[in-house]
Amino acid sequence: MENINLIIPEITLFLGICLALMVGVFFKNSFSIVMKLSTLILIGVIYLILTDWGGEQKIFLDSFKNDKFSDYFKILILVSSIFIFFSSDQFIKDKTLNKFEYPIIIMFSILGMFFMLSANDLILFYLGLELQSLALYVLASIDRDNIISSEAGIKYFVLSALSSGLLLYGCSLLYGFTGSTNFDEIGVSLITQNTGAIFAMVFILVGLAFKVSAVPFHMWTPDVYQGAPTSITNFFAVVPKAVGLAVIIRFMDLPFKNIIEEWQTIIIFISIASMILGSVAAIGQKNIKRLLAYSSISHMGYALAGVATGSVSGYTSTIIYITIYIIMNMGTFACLYLMKTDGKYSEKIEDLSGLSKERPMLAFSFLILFFSLAGIPPLGGFFAKFFVFMSVIESEMYALAIIGLLTTVISAFYYLKVIKIIYFDENKVKFDDVRNLSIKATIFLSCLFLSLYFISPSIIGSLLNELFI
Amino acid sequence: MNFPILSTIIFLPLLGALFIFISNKKNESSSAIYISIFTSMANLLLTFFLWYSFDKSFSGFQFIEEKNWISGLIKFKLGIDGISILFIVLTAFIIPICIISCVISVKKRLNEFLIAILILETFMIGVFCSLDLIIFYLFFEAGLIPMFLIIGIWGGPRKIYSAYKFFLFTLLGSVLMLAAIIFIYWAVGTTDYTEIYKLKIAKEYQYLLWLAFFSSFAVKTPMWPVHTWLPDAHVEAPTAGSVILAAILLKMAGYGFLRFSLGMFPIASEFFTPLVFTLSIIAIIYTSLVALMQDDMKKLIAYSSVAHMGFVTLGIFTFNKQGIEGSMFQMISHGIISAALFLCVGVLYDRTGSRMIKSFGGVVNYLPNFSLIFIIFVLGALGLPGTTGFIGEFLVLLGAFKINYLVAILASTGVVLCAAYMLWMAKRVVFGNTNNTIVTKLKDINFLEATILIVLCLVSIVFGFYPEPLLNTMDISVNGIIQNHQNELTVNLINK
Repeated sequence: MENINLIIPEITLFLGICLALMVGVFFKNSFSIVMKLSTLILIGVIYLILTDWGGEQKIFLDSFKNDKFSDYFKILILVSSIFIFFSSDQFIKDKTLNKFEYPIIIMFSILGMFFMLSANDLILFYLGLELQSLALYVLASIDRDNIISSEAGIKYFVLSALSSGLLLYGCSLLYGFTGSTNFDEIGVSLITQNTGAIFAMVFILVGLAFKVSAVPFHMWTPDVYQGAPTSITNFFAVVPKAVGLAVIIRFMDLPFKNIIEEWQTIIIFISIASMILGSVAAIGQKNIKRLLAYSSISHMGYALAGVATGSVSGYTSTIIYITIYIIMNMGTFACLYLMKTDGKYSEKIEDLSGLSKERPMLAFSFLILFFSLAGIPPLGGFFAKFFVFMSVIESEMYALAIIGLLTTVISAFYYLKVIKIIYFDENKVKFDDVRNLSIKATIFLSCLFLSLYFISPSIIGSLLNELFI
Repeated sequence: MNFPILSTIIFLPLLGALFIFISNKKNESSSAIYISIFTSMANLLLTFFLWYSFDKSFSGFQFIEEKNWISGLIKFKLGIDGISILFIVLTAFIIPICIISCVISVKKRLNEFLIAILILETFMIGVFCSLDLIIFYLFFEAGLIPMFLIIGIWGGPRKIYSAYKFFLFTLLGSVLMLAAIIFIYWAVGTTDYTEIYKLKIAKEYQYLLWLAFFSSFAVKTPMWPVHTWLPDAHVEAPTAGSVILAAILLKMAGYGFLRFSLGMFPIASEFFTPLVFTLSIIAIIYTSLVALMQDDMKKLIAYSSVAHMGFVTLGIFTFNKQGIEGSMFQMISHGIISAALFLCVGVLYDRTGSRMIKSFGGVVNYLPNFSLIFIIFVLGALGLPGTTGFIGEFLVLLGAFKINYLVAILASTGVVLCAAYMLWMAKRVVFGNTNNTIVTKLKDINFLEATILIVLCLVSIVFGFYPEPLLNTMDISVNGIIQNHQNELTVNLINK
């Protein structure tokens, strides 16, 4: 008898989605009910995961694996999704996107991510990935009457389908050359001389790099970020990125652990390219969502630098990085929900000019968030970078460290540009006074965390200590 | 003593800033003024108490505080010795003066200015107290944020360009230092300064690490040719910003050279001495010549700062007692005198809105009290005996003569050039004919301005005649540095 307890969070989530779907179908104007129900379901799933937090267990012929690593990421994405639900509520209603499908599709993508995170088998992994991607395609174009949003959806669909295809091809090659779809077995039988399997590794890595929008597979990011409604962009910026990185770490740590020298070069290249392109291309942006898109590309570069070390401390630093990255992005996007003039949401960076006089608290939040994104001490973002470079230098990859550190200076330039517009320029646009407690609470919590993180910087690290044992 | 006095001194201003932030009201700043003056004065008293209870006969670190910070990796470690205490006192002394000068001259968003200054004080004192490289880096870099805002929000017409230049130059220099610090962690196994001091860093690593630290400190000092951010930043910054920049921020680099470059990399420091000497000499002569040609008083003082800091770096790398004590003294003296000169320019600027030399002339006829004080500081800057400026330059040159005649002679020309540009500026501003009618309508300095300037003036003259308290405080620690340096070199020679 299989130990079904292990998969209870997934089952609960699935049943919850079905319930929410039923409620949505049978009640009229059911958006708020479904939204509340979904939040409750997510909280319930967090509770279920926490009660079962513990050691590594495998079921279904070792194809499904639950360990602290996957549990940590599951909780991370659930918590951030709940915050997105809370903070984007007002935005969704203003944009008349308040259809009950919205939370349901998000939950479906979360379900897919759960399977990606827990997969110990290529097939289960691919199924989870497809469930996730399918939901994301719909989300990108959810504002279907808006031509930019539809364009974003189509662009994302076409490119993502291509990358999924490559990934699937890689999976089949891997099966062909190693004779197994199980991660553990592949890890044992895969050796450097197996050239075909190395091809497979490259294809899989391409597919995964696409998901985390690392250069040179980043092309979709700015368009999708700009085109999708802000709340969806918020989701895109945070949740799939975290899962993508987690899956990359999983792949590198399990099936590909013996061919570390082969994949290391690729990841180093991807990481450096993302850091440089992300910081240089962001300089000229005028739309804040595009700016954040490029900023997230460069952040993925830093996070991948931790993966590139191939060491446990490197992986841990990447997880710390992505956690702090999520917190920074949650705050920043919550600030975007407040950029509202005469009932319309504004996305131009220019509109922020002179914000510090009109709305000092919002301006101050931007200050903390952007300096933190730039990685200036003593804010949280600095420690994220610090831990990554700690492990990079530990692995004696000095070139990667120096390039990474120099690109932080370049990227500081465009973060400073936003600060400059907010603090130094004259006031132009007057923002509406949005009285929404959940948005403000999100910003407040995020800023509080970032500015007080220096008191105990090892707090996330100690949580992660046993993740890889 | 168990009371964590260093942490108190570091975080008290932050607490004050927090109070202002909480009690912040629009267009209402009296409570903010009281809070900021109260906290900064309390901090000054605390540092005086610290100085008083400091054991001058002990060469190691005192008042050490240690806490677990990043578990298993880094400890939050504070401590002071005879070198850092003087900078802490200097910082705590300059900040109340800045706050008073802000209250006089800043018209818009005063509360936020006061918050920025208090936060900056926390970071600056933190730099001088930290005994762990990571903590040092944290405070060293964190100071950029408030300074960027001070220049950018309250600055002059080209404030944005200057703020960017200041921020990016300094950041670029510092990231290499961060890489070096992390490397030291893996090479030595700790970033605790006292441990590194004992364990020593292998000789082959020292050269590159020294260069990485140098890149950061050279930008901050600033040394030629990376000094170009300083004139811009000084000119555009508001008076209080310039004062902090000249009096304290530049000293962080001198302190860094003395503490970290000399302490951790003695062999590399010896090896790179010619480089430092060359850059210092160029800085002294070249920037003095540039200063001679300036029309803007603030720019002139900014270039003179570069020249004076050239003396400082020169003195530090002579590795003898006179040179290093001279540099220390020069830093303190420059901290007081340049701060006062910027305040004087601020006085004129507040009244006329101009800093150009040519728009003044004959100021002595209309502002006699101001002119007296101004001339005293001009004389102090050019090193007139009886002011602190003299002792610093004299000791540095003494140290330099011991090492290398050529360097010393070239540096001495700087003293002459300094006299030239300072006196010429004073002549054109204070004396001569009044060719601007605005000057005739000016009022003399008021009580507050007079108070802060006279206090600075007294400090400069008292320590000019009686430098013993300062030299006495730093003596043992400087001896310790020199001793360590010579031991290392001997060990190195024997190994060869």
